[in-house]
Amino acid sequence: MRHDIRFYVGNEYHALASIAPTRTLLDWLREERGLTGTKEGCNEGDCGACTVLVVRLEGARLVWRAVNACIQFVCMLDGAQVLTIEDMRAPDGSLHPVQQAMVEHHGSQCGFCTPGFVMSMVAGRKAAGLAQDERGIDDMLAGNLCRCTGYAPIVRAMRHAMQAGPDHFDAMADDMAARLRALRDGATVDMTGPAGRLSIPATADGLAHTLLESPQARIVAGATDVGLWVIKGLRDLPHVISIGQIADLRRIAATADGLYIGAAVTWQEARAALAHILPQPDEEVFRRIGSVQVRNAGTVCGNIANGSPIGDGPPVLIAAGAQLHLRRGDTRRTLALEDFFVDYGQQDRAPGEFVEGITIPAPAPDTLIRAWKVSKRFDQDISAILGAFSLTLAPDGTISNPRIAFGGMAATPRRATRTEAALAGRKWTEATLAAAREAITADFTPLSDMRASAWYRSTVAANLLTRLYAECGPQAARASTSVHAACTATGEHAHG
Amino acid sequence: MADAHITATTAPVSAAGIVPGGASESLRHESAAMHVQGTASYIDDLPEPRGTLHLVPGLSTRAHARIVSMNLDAVRQAKGVVAVYTAADIPGENQISPVGKGDEPLLAKDIVSFYGQPLFVVAATTRGAARRAARLAVVDYEDLPAILNIAQARENGSPLVWRPMEMKRGDVLAGLEHAPRRLSGRITVGGQEHFYLEGQVALARPGEEGEMHVTSSTQHPTETQHMVAHVLDRPANLITVEVRRMGGGFGGKETQANACACLAALVADRTGRAAKMRLDRDDDMTMTGKRHDFVIDYDAGFTDDGRIVAVDMVLAARCGWSADLSGPVIDRALFHADNAYFYPDVRLRSEPLRTNTQSNTAYRGFGGPQGIVAAERVIEEIAFATGLDPLEVRLRNVYGTHERNVTPYNMVVEDSITHDLLPALARRCHYTERRAACREFNATSPYLRRGIAITPVKFGISFTATHYNQAGALVHVYTDGSVQVNHGGTEMGQGLHTKMVQVAMREFGLGTDQVRITATTTGKVPNTSATAASSGADLNGMAVLDAVRRIKRRLVEFAASHWNVGEDAVRFAPDGVHVGEKVIAFAHLTRQAYFARVSMSANGFYKTPRISWNGDTGQGRPFYYFAYGAACSEVVIDLLTGETKIDRVDILHDAGQSLNPALDIGQIEGGFVQGAGWLTCEELVWDDAGRLRTHAPSTYKIPACSDRPRVFNVELLENAPNREHTIFRSKAVGEPPFVHGVSVLQAISDALASLDGYRTCPRLDAPATPEMILRTADRLRCGQPAAG
Repeated sequence: MRHDIRFYVGNEYHALASIAPTRTLLDWLREERGLTGTKEGCNEGDCGACTVLVVRLEGARLVWRAVNACIQFVCMLDGAQVLTIEDMRAPDGSLHPVQQAMVEHHGSQCGFCTPGFVMSMVAGRKAAGLAQDERGIDDMLAGNLCRCTGYAPIVRAMRHAMQAGPDHFDAMADDMAARLRALRDGATVDMTGPAGRLSIPATADGLAHTLLESPQARIVAGATDVGLWVIKGLRDLPHVISIGQIADLRRIAATADGLYIGAAVTWQEARAALAHILPQPDEEVFRRIGSVQVRNAGTVCGNIANGSPIGDGPPVLIAAGAQLHLRRGDTRRTLALEDFFVDYGQQDRAPGEFVEGITIPAPAPDTLIRAWKVSKRFDQDISAILGAFSLTLAPDGTISNPRIAFGGMAATPRRATRTEAALAGRKWTEATLAAAREAITADFTPLSDMRASAWYRSTVAANLLTRLYAECGPQAARASTSVHAACTATGEHAHG
Repeated sequence: MADAHITATTAPVSAAGIVPGGASESLRHESAAMHVQGTASYIDDLPEPRGTLHLVPGLSTRAHARIVSMNLDAVRQAKGVVAVYTAADIPGENQISPVGKGDEPLLAKDIVSFYGQPLFVVAATTRGAARRAARLAVVDYEDLPAILNIAQARENGSPLVWRPMEMKRGDVLAGLEHAPRRLSGRITVGGQEHFYLEGQVALARPGEEGEMHVTSSTQHPTETQHMVAHVLDRPANLITVEVRRMGGGFGGKETQANACACLAALVADRTGRAAKMRLDRDDDMTMTGKRHDFVIDYDAGFTDDGRIVAVDMVLAARCGWSADLSGPVIDRALFHADNAYFYPDVRLRSEPLRTNTQSNTAYRGFGGPQGIVAAERVIEEIAFATGLDPLEVRLRNVYGTHERNVTPYNMVVEDSITHDLLPALARRCHYTERRAACREFNATSPYLRRGIAITPVKFGISFTATHYNQAGALVHVYTDGSVQVNHGGTEMGQGLHTKMVQVAMREFGLGTDQVRITATTTGKVPNTSATAASSGADLNGMAVLDAVRRIKRRLVEFAASHWNVGEDAVRFAPDGVHVGEKVIAFAHLTRQAYFARVSMSANGFYKTPRISWNGDTGQGRPFYYFAYGAACSEVVIDLLTGETKIDRVDILHDAGQSLNPALDIGQIEGGFVQGAGWLTCEELVWDDAGRLRTHAPSTYKIPACSDRPRVFNVELLENAPNREHTIFRSKAVGEPPFVHGVSVLQAISDALASLDGYRTCPRLDAPATPEMILRTADRLRCGQPAAG
C-alpha cells in the first residue's frame, strides 16, 4: 500500500501525498508549478490549448499520448512522465523540429493555441503508424482549435515536420524508460487528504473489493466525462477510484465470443481491433469520437457506463450485438448492451457493481454493418444523431437479423424495434425502404435542442435508412453517398 | 576612432537594396519563436503580485427582470472569499457605455436586462474558491416581459438603441415601379461568437495615491483607461492600461474587455490588493456581445439583361440590451449593402433593435459582411430571374471607373478594380468549366450535389467616426543603436507589431535584432484609437514612420555637420549609414549624436486625409480608399444529412503593396475560414428564457482543421500599390478577407438550386448548418416559397 502518487513533469520527480483527487493537471501546472506555457482555452477538453504529452512505459515500449490537461486529474498520472511545451526545446536550446516548422511556415498568429498545436504535432510524430496524408494530419489536429490561421499554415508546418529527422527525445528514450521502470512498484495506492480520498487499485479484484466497501465512490478511467462534472459542474467527489492503469482491465483479446475490451482500454487503443471487425463504423464513427486527446483518455466502457444518450460508442456496439460484463465483488453477470440503458441517467448497475469489460461478437461473414454520425461539424463534435445498422442480406435480397440502434433520438441509446420489424424477413426493395422509413418515425420521438430540431433528427434518421439502401441494397451503385467520402475521393488532387 | 566603426554591418542586403524583412518583405511574426515555446506571456501567465485576488462575476439568470432582493451572505461566507462587491460599492459612475449613452451599467442595480448580466463580483484567494462562491447567491427576481429576437422586437415595438440611418439617392420607389423586372425577398443572417482562444482577462494593481495599473486584454487601451477612470472617479492620469498581446480579438475585445478591467480595478481599489479577473469560457460567452444577426428585406428592380435599376433595403439587427457599438456597426452594414455594385436608385434603411440578449458588438467586418451577404443575395436573385450566370450579373453591375461610380452615400469610388479582378480570378481557377462540371455531376447524382460561386469584396477602409482616424507613436533610439518602437495599436495576432518593426527596420536599415517593439501602454502613447476597422497598420504605420523620420532628420543634420558632408549625402542603408564616401555603423552614429546632445526620441502622429462623414445626412467620403478581392468556392453537399464540405477555394486579394506578404496571406486564409464558419457551422442558439445554449466549444462549433478547404489557393494581387498615400502604399487586410466566406454560402446555394433544375433562387439563409440546408432542400423539392 502506497500513500502518494509518483510521476515526473519534464525531468522533475514528484511524489504528492495530499493533492485533491480531482485537482486537474492544467490548474496544477499553471497555479502550482508556474508552468504557464500550457494554456486554458475552454476548460472542457474541446479546444486543445492545454494539450500535454503523457509518456508511459508499456511493456518495454514508451508510449506517447497527447491529452487535454484540463480534463486530466493529477492523480491519474501515477507512474507517468508528463511533458509540457516547456520541455520541447532540446537541451542545447534549439527548437524542436515541430517548433521550427511552425515558425518557418507562419503557423502562429495570436499564438495562444500554438503550444497545444505543437504538443499535438510532436505526439503525432511519435504515434506509431499515423497516416501522413492530409487525412492523417486532420485527425492528428482535430482536437486543437485555431481561430486565426484557418489551419493552412499549420498543416504546411506539419507536413514539413513529419519529414524532419529525429528529435532530442529519441536520444533520451532509454533514460526515460529506465526512470519510468523504476516507478513501477505494483502497489495499490490509498491516499486520504482534506479534499477527499483517492484509491488506485492494483488489480480488478482490488477494485471490486474497494467498490464493495465504498459503493458511493466514483470510478474514473479517462475523466473525459467526469472531468466535466468537476470543472464545469464544480462537483465534489469525496472518493475517486482511478482505474486507468489497472493491468487486467487494460486487456484487449480475441475470445471465442468475440473481441473483449477491458474497462480501462481507451478508444485509441481499441481502434485497431475495432476497425478489424467493424471497419466501416470505425471509419465513420470511431475515428470521429472526440479527438486524439479525448480518445487517448476516454475509454470504450466509460462511454457506456456514463449512460449518455449521445455517446457515440453505444449505438454502434448495440447494433453489433455487444455483451456487457458487470461485476460486483466476485459476482459477475453479462447482459445485452441495450439492456444496460434503463432510462435517462439510469443504468442497470447495482451499488458496488462496475463495468468490467465488453465483448463484441465477430460479425457473421455475410453481415453488413454500417454506422453514420451526423453533427454540425465533422470533427470533434457531439452527434445530433447517430445511426448504426447491422443486417444480413440473403442472395435473393431477403433481410434477416436486422439490428438498428440510434443515439440522439431518445433518452438512451436505443434499438429501433419497429424499423427492425419492418425489415426482418422482407426483400430489400423500395417498398421495404419506404416501410422502414415510416416505422422509424414511430420508433422515436426525438427532442429539439441546440444541436438539432426534432424535425431534423427524424428526417435524418429516415434518410440514413435511404443511405443504407443506396450503399448496401440490391441496387447499390458504388457511388458514395456522403460528402466525406466524396471529398476524400476528389480532394487530394492539388494543394496550392 | 571613427574609422574603427566603418565596416560594421548588421544586416545583409537584399536584392532590392533594402534590409531583408523590412517593410514590404515577408518577416516572421515578432513573437513566433516565443509562441511555439510557450514563452509568449498572456495576462494570465504573468507572475502574480503577492496576495493577488481572483475574481468571478455573479450573473443574472433572467433575461429581463426586476431584482427584488439579492442575498449574498452565503457568497461572503464561502471558503476563501475576501470581498463581494455590488453596484453600491462603485465609487464613480456605474457605467461603461463606450459611446457615452449611459445605458450600460457595469453591475446591474435594480433591473437585469439579459441572461448573463453581471450582478456582483466575488474576490477570493483562489479562482476555484471564487467560482464556487459565485454560485451561492440567492437572487429574487420579478420577471418582466423579455424581447429576445428581431421578430419579437418588431412585434412589440421595441425601442432602437441608436438613431436609424437612411442612405438614399434618386427616387427608389419610382425606380422600382418603372423597372422592367422587380422582385423582393428576405434574408436572415446569423450572429457569431468571436471565440478568441484567450478569454477576457485583466489584472489590476493599485499604486500610490489612487494610481491604478491595469493589464488588460483589450483592443482599445485608451477606452479601457477612460472606463476605469470613470468607474473609480479618477482623472485619466492616474490610470495606466497596458497590453503586450492578446490571444485573439477579432473585435471582441474592442469594448467587451472593459467590464473585466473595471471590475478588477474596482476590487484592487477597494482592497488595496492586486486583482485578476479571467473569465471562464462559459461566463465569457454568456456575458459578452457577439456579431449582430440581421434580418434584411430587399426589393430590387432590374432589366432583362440583369442590370440593377433600383434597390430598396431594410436592414434590421439584434443589438442586445445596450447600444455598445451597434450604431456604427449597423451603419457599416448599410455602407456595404452595395458590396461592389452600383445601384442607380437606392434607399437603405437601418433598424438597430433593442433586445434582452447580450449587447452585440464589433466583430471583424463590423456589420459590413452582413450588408454584403444581402447584396450578393440580390445578385443571386437576379441571376435566377434572368437565367444568367451569377458571375455575369456581377460583372454587369460592378462599379465603373468613370461612370456608375457613386455609392449610396455619395462617395465617388475612385479605385474600383472589381471589373478586372473578377474575370482574372475566374480565368485562373477555371470557374466556367468547373461550373459546367458541377452541373454535369449533379444531373446524375441522387444524394450529393456540387455547387460553385465566385464573389467579390469591396471594403471601405477608415473608421466612419472620423475622429478615430488618428494615431500616435513614440520611438526611442538608444546610444548603442538599438531602437524601441511604441505605438497606439495593439497586437492580437494580426502581426501589427511585426509590421511596425518592419517600418523602422526599413527606414533605419536595421535588422530585426536591433528593433524592439514594446507593450502598448497608455503611458507612452496617449489618446489612441481602438485597433479595429483594419486600420492598425495604416494609422500606426504612418505614425511610426513620422517618429522615425523626425529622428532621422536630426541624425542627418548632425552627421552632415559632424562629418562635413551635404545632408543629401547621408543615407541609412542595410550595410550601415552612408555619410559621404564613408559607411559607418548605426551604433557609431548614435553614440556620436548622443555626445553632441542630439535628441533621439520622437513622437509621431498621423491623421487620415481626405475623409469626412455626416451621419445625419448619410452623405460624405467616409473611406480613404477601398480594399478589394474575390473568392471562388466549390462545395459538395449531402442531401441526406445536409452536411457540407468545401472542396476548393481560390482567392485573389488586393493588399496594395503588401507590408508583409506572408502575414497578409495569413490574414486572408484565416479570415476566409472564419467567414466560412460564420455562414456554415457556427450557430448561436438561445432558449425561450433568453439563455444562450451554445456557450462553449462543445456546443458552438468554429471550424476545425478538417473544415479548411481541401484545395486552398491564395494569391495577392501583384503590382497593385495603393493609389492613396498609405504606409508604403499598402492596403489594410484585417477585415476584407473575412468576406470571402460569402462565396461558400453562395456555392451551397448553387448546389441546392440543382434540386429544381436551377429555376428557383434557393433563398438559403445563414448559417447554412446541415439542418438549414436540409430544410431549404425540402422547401425546394416541395416548391414552397421561402418564409417571410
